[in-house]
Amino acid sequence: MSTAPFSRNGTPPETFVLNLGPQHPATHGVLRVKLTMDGEYVMRAEPVCGYVHRMHEKMGENRTWAQFLPNTSRIDYLSAMNYTHAFVGAVERGAGIAVPPRAEYLRVITSELNRISSHLVWFGAFLLDLGGFTPLLYAFDDREQILDLLEGVCGARLTYCYYRFGGLCNDVDDNFIEGTRAFVRRMQPRFKLYHQLVTENIILRKRLEGVGPITAEQCRKYGASGPVCRGSGIPYDLRRAEPYSIYPELDFDIPVFSEGDCLARYLVRMEEMRQSLRLIEQALNRLPDGPVVAEKVPRTIKMAPGDYCFAVEAARGRFAVRVVSDGTDTPYRVKLRTPSFSNLSLFEETSAGMMLPDALALMGSLDLVIPDIDR
Amino acid sequence: MSLPEPFRLLAFLVGLMGFVALNAAYLVWVERKTAGRIQRRPGPTEVGWAGLLQPVADGLKLLSKQFIVPPGADALLFRLAPLLVIAPGLMGLALMPFGESLLALDVNLGLLMVFAFGSINVLALMVGGWASRNKYAIISAARVVSQDIAYEIPMLLAALTLMMVAGTLNLSEIVALQEGPFWRWNLFRLDLNPLMPLTFLIFYTCMLAETNRAPFDMAEAESELVAGAFTEYAGMGFGVFFMAEYANIVLGCSLMTVLFLGGWQSPFGAYSGVWWFLLKLYFLVFSVIWVRWTFPRTQFYNLLNLSWEILIPFSLFTLILTAAMMKVM
Repeated sequence: MSTAPFSRNGTPPETFVLNLGPQHPATHGVLRVKLTMDGEYVMRAEPVCGYVHRMHEKMGENRTWAQFLPNTSRIDYLSAMNYTHAFVGAVERGAGIAVPPRAEYLRVITSELNRISSHLVWFGAFLLDLGGFTPLLYAFDDREQILDLLEGVCGARLTYCYYRFGGLCNDVDDNFIEGTRAFVRRMQPRFKLYHQLVTENIILRKRLEGVGPITAEQCRKYGASGPVCRGSGIPYDLRRAEPYSIYPELDFDIPVFSEGDCLARYLVRMEEMRQSLRLIEQALNRLPDGPVVAEKVPRTIKMAPGDYCFAVEAARGRFAVRVVSDGTDTPYRVKLRTPSFSNLSLFEETSAGMMLPDALALMGSLDLVIPDIDR
Repeated sequence: MSLPEPFRLLAFLVGLMGFVALNAAYLVWVERKTAGRIQRRPGPTEVGWAGLLQPVADGLKLLSKQFIVPPGADALLFRLAPLLVIAPGLMGLALMPFGESLLALDVNLGLLMVFAFGSINVLALMVGGWASRNKYAIISAARVVSQDIAYEIPMLLAALTLMMVAGTLNLSEIVALQEGPFWRWNLFRLDLNPLMPLTFLIFYTCMLAETNRAPFDMAEAESELVAGAFTEYAGMGFGVFFMAEYANIVLGCSLMTVLFLGGWQSPFGAYSGVWWFLLKLYFLVFSVIWVRWTFPRTQFYNLLNLSWEILIPFSLFTLILTAAMMKVM
């Protein structure tokens, strides 16, 4: 147990155990955190995960490549596009399938829309953790637009399965293109509104500034990625670090804040949504004509025996799929590297000695999705 | 009134109970509608016209639920807490002069009595939290005690300033002294104390904190403590806590109306009456609701720091300033 900085004159503090979860408003799902508390100070926070373990990796070994595809959109249900992208990418890499350019552009557009919708959910839920109820409904209003757009292209509102091996399941129509342009126009002033209403609120700033600092060292130690590590000053974004799809052709910034506190992570995500809008706008302007699926995709995918990996920058960080093929029509092994698991691992070390509301603000700023932790 | 005294009091008490219950029910409706409008959604619409029967449905639901005393809880204290929590609101309102002749009890120490009864509220929440034998409830109880004590001091200091201005503790006399157009209200009596609006603001902030309303809803802090002191209460046990919250808001706002906004006095010096009191009261109540749905919750130590480092020094300063000005002028 880590020693609390506040233990009085060397006497062991009187502690009690508080079970936060599996059902608790702040854990946003079935995560259980075993807190050893001294009064309202958290001395040790022990995350207990596995309540929604669904054996996705094992399921992968029993299904064909195509059958496993819908599973990937149910791991992190808030950024399903990115997750399917990783699995599709790994299979394409293994089977040597080239994706037509129009499909790549549409993948970037839909992935970035999905990133915005995921960050909007986080924005609302995080503010809810801090006791502000209203921003949630504003964010959901915006998110609704994205869900409608994505529903139009692939039929699903949450667990999208739009990407297929070699491209997409179908092409987009003009409604989607026009709708996306309208959405980009709509969102620019909305972010200004959010900054005026929320970011500049003195109560919020006092709540977040300097609270829950995570050092770059701790991020490296636990393998944290995504906005969490970018909020600690590590400019690590897979769209730049290990470029995939057409990201190298597009112009965007990677927001990095070096403070490492909750406010830094908050600002990283707010800025990332604006960068996603930039990406969408550019991709829409350059969207080429052509097919959206490669010509020669075999009905049954068979890969040469080998070990293939594909990583994407999902909304929460680095999501990597490693597939091992033994030459049959089912994977030999599917390994999913999920960002929330690594980000949660930070929590025990960084929350020691914090007060309960601050620790919950820290947990909210990590943007955990529980099925993504438990897989 | 020609009724003999005990009957008059009884009539008033029954009336006040009805007033509190009606307020609790329909302020919930107002709150939900306001929250809806602030959040760009319609709020309750299904039960009755514009959802007006929603409070009835909610009340029936709460009444039909079992009152469960959790095993291991202190059954007596657990049952006592909801009674304790509703009492101060009722007692305080009995002292409130709604109109020139519309008050249940005209007591010379009215202001003091309101504060004396008001502090029972803390005790009730603490008892409820403690008796529940629930860790969240106990954390919440500890928070309530430190928060309410910290905020009672600047609130009392602000009330003391008012007492010096008015020279009396009798609430109806305080209102009577503010007779005339609105610049005779204590809020605008800058000749007596140039910092009167600041005192008003301090009192308002303390009132929010004392009634455990957002952004100071530490006791309930849903995303931290589930439901705080009320976590273990089911059915009408919870319902009474809920009613008490609104009763306390009404009490706090009517106290502010009496102290700062001239009670039943009309702003143009004519047509004074109980309607002005209610208008001012509900304007303040609405602002309380508005604040709740606009701001996030403060952090607990910031909350205490705000009281000890800002509100108490400032309210002391206005008190001394008022005293000095009274001496000089």
